Amino acid sequence: MLANFGFGVLVVTFLLALFGAGAAMYGYFRKEDRWVESARRAVLLTFPLVTLVSLSLIYLLVSGHYELRYVYSVTSNDMPTYLKVTALWGGQEGSLLFWSWLMSAFASAVMLRRWDRDREFLPWVAAVTAITLGFFLSLSLFFENPFARWWQTASGEVAAMLRPVGAIPFNPPDGAGLNPLLRHPGMVIHPPMLYLGFVAFVIPFAFAIAALVTGRTDDRWIRLTRRWTLWAWLFLTCGLVLGMWWAYDVLGWGGYWGWDPVEIAALMPWLVGTPFLHTVMIQEKRGMFKQLNMILIILTYILVIFGTFLTRSGVLSSVHAFSQSAIGPMFFAFIGITMITSFGLLIHRWKDFKSEASLGSSSMFSREALFLLAALLFAGVLIVCFWGIIFPLISEIITNQKITVGPPFYKRAVGPLFGLILLLMGIAPLSSWTYGTLKTIGRAAWKPAIPAALVLVVLVLTGTHNLFALIGLTLIAFAVCVTLYEFGRAVLARGRSSAENVLVALWRLVGRNRRRYGGYIIHLAMGMMGLAIIGIELFQTTTQQSLATGESMQLAGYTLHFDSISQFPYVDGRTVTRAVMSVYRDGQYLGQLYPRYDLFPDGQPMTIPAIRSTLSDDLYVVLVNWEDTSASQAPFKVYHNPLVSWLWLGSFVFIFGTLVAAWPDKDPALAPVIVKSAFKTAGAD
Amino acid sequence: MLNTVRMSKLMNSILKRSFWILGILLVCLSFSTGLASAQSPTPSDDQVNAIARQLFCPICENIPLDVCPTQACHDWRELIRQMLAAGKSEAEIKQYFVDHYGARVLSEPPARGLNWLVYVVPPLAFCAGIFLLFMAFRTWRRTGSGSAAALVSDPSMPEKDPGSANSQGDAASSAVDDEYAARFEEQLRKQR
Repeated sequence: MLANFGFGVLVVTFLLALFGAGAAMYGYFRKEDRWVESARRAVLLTFPLVTLVSLSLIYLLVSGHYELRYVYSVTSNDMPTYLKVTALWGGQEGSLLFWSWLMSAFASAVMLRRWDRDREFLPWVAAVTAITLGFFLSLSLFFENPFARWWQTASGEVAAMLRPVGAIPFNPPDGAGLNPLLRHPGMVIHPPMLYLGFVAFVIPFAFAIAALVTGRTDDRWIRLTRRWTLWAWLFLTCGLVLGMWWAYDVLGWGGYWGWDPVEIAALMPWLVGTPFLHTVMIQEKRGMFKQLNMILIILTYILVIFGTFLTRSGVLSSVHAFSQSAIGPMFFAFIGITMITSFGLLIHRWKDFKSEASLGSSSMFSREALFLLAALLFAGVLIVCFWGIIFPLISEIITNQKITVGPPFYKRAVGPLFGLILLLMGIAPLSSWTYGTLKTIGRAAWKPAIPAALVLVVLVLTGTHNLFALIGLTLIAFAVCVTLYEFGRAVLARGRSSAENVLVALWRLVGRNRRRYGGYIIHLAMGMMGLAIIGIELFQTTTQQSLATGESMQLAGYTLHFDSISQFPYVDGRTVTRAVMSVYRDGQYLGQLYPRYDLFPDGQPMTIPAIRSTLSDDLYVVLVNWEDTSASQAPFKVYHNPLVSWLWLGSFVFIFGTLVAAWPDKDPALAPVIVKSAFKTAGAD
Repeated sequence: MLNTVRMSKLMNSILKRSFWILGILLVCLSFSTGLASAQSPTPSDDQVNAIARQLFCPICENIPLDVCPTQACHDWRELIRQMLAAGKSEAEIKQYFVDHYGARVLSEPPARGLNWLVYVVPPLAFCAGIFLLFMAFRTWRRTGSGSAAALVSDPSMPEKDPGSANSQGDAASSAVDDEYAARFEEQLRKQR
């Protein structure tokens, strides 16, 4: 009954989204505001409606309605309630609905803003959000219906909304349950974060399209969506980091990033969104690169859809899965249409979106030039990622042979690019808008370069011989020093001029220009994360040995003593095999580690590594469940991962920095106006 | 004169020969040590994993062979161990897997035929980007050197970042260099 209700509301919402899109465009072209207003209300209404649909599904999940195929496939009686709720995004059908839910939330939220000043954007923002929402709702409705029931027919069980001819309802007593690998806090929050990041990028895109259609060439769309973009970026980054944490904590292969196509699919929007956050500043300050910003935001949106397509259509496992899955071609068509219309619009408006300031007023080491270079480097990383994902598919189509494009390919190509990006992260804050030469940069950079050079000297003296590590760590040191230098210099200047104490000066400084200093905090966070990446990529060591109880193994100065191993059942039915190891370093006892693996009743194994984490390194021990284990003998795979903790620490700093930059102003309408007028007096040449 | 030339030639040839001999000796040595290690009774897990890590399981997607938990992968690791014990080299073992399961077991496709594109396209695209940017910079510079110089010599230019022009204290932080910062602070003080 509730399933029918949910499905019915889904149908109504889909029609409402279609109406919203149609009414908005009709109202725009006929210049009839009541149609636009009607569209606004329609989009506004989608959120409560999709909420109803989602709550219905959540209720069905929690109460164990296994007569629905989706409920059957992702829940089981032994799962705790909170996991049953999160099973909403544990499978294909549910996660698509969840996508729509978040999309409707953002679409409704943006409809709620005061539209009196920028009314001309409204119809197109409504239309774009409604079309995106409509597309995802149509997937749920026609292809991946979460409310489809099980039916018993002569040829077996089928899932359908309506009873097939001659079928009887099939009602299994228990479900298959959520994949154990997904029963991890990281995996519980990772998809919502990632999806939030994805859908939030739809809002700036919608405004960009509105600006393109209406021909409003100023930077208003950027100012209106600046915070949306920052929030989107925050969620996306958190989603990525949570995914890494999950992989590190659960998958048991000693790392957090395997250059898996699914990971890359989520990274790609980030690779465009990040330079976009920077280049919009050029448009705000100098009125330049309007076309570039349009290209970047359109690309971000397309990559968001593309990422969802890659992970949801099964195309990655095989091109043949693509033709079999119903939603693959739908996505493909949607991406194609979006690309053609948005880039078509941009080309149509190309001349209108020329730079206001003459390009000639900027020099090669000006901040805008460096931002542009950074955008190019990010684009380079994007090309590598895109090609690495796409080429195996092309190869499969042409030669019918599958190939793997794996980590070595990405590492080789992406490493130098990220190195250069680090360098720019160091230089760009020292540059100035409009004018800059090597000389001005050098003059600004020599002071922070001294501690960075000291770091290099110390590294060499302490026996670091890996060239890449030396380069990478020095670049990070430089970027961090520049950032701290910028903070310190500004605080000192404030202290001198107004005799504030340092902390007050720092607080006021950041408060006055939260965007810049929030950005700098994010740069610090990136430095910390870079440290972790260098640590694990260049200095990870590993060994695998089979030990008898009482034996020990060594790695990177640690001694691991295998004390005992035991096997016991757990309440939810899984069998736990757990080893006890004592860890020593230089003869000193450090504590015990409990690597284990769980075997779930359905035969699914799960390896849970034991990790001893410090700021300098992680000791990561896996009880190897794929080799033979007995009561007295067990195989262990141990990884020594230097500096990994800095990745997680950096992500907290990152969140803090983004919040500093994105937190709403007391009077948001005021700030941009002042900036604009300041630009006019300063930048006019 | 002639003698010295002849002497140096002789020295050269002796040096060259000794290099050759040394080289051959080294190769022999490395071969013998290689064989010695290959003939050790059972290769360790680490030796097996060193090769397995570079191979991708032909069945499970995107999981390197050294950490793949399936039975098939377990068997393949055992196969590597046996081949190592039989004295096969890393290249031979990899080739064996390629011959049996196709190029997909390698973490990177061999740069042959269509697969060349994997390695060629990204650098080409990136170089095209650099070229475009370079061209843009050039036109940019040529047309703009005059106005840029004008801007720099213009003492009324308040600061590099107009975004913070609304806050006086901030402004100091964004100056290009200390000298400039001092000048700007001076201006601010006058304004007050």
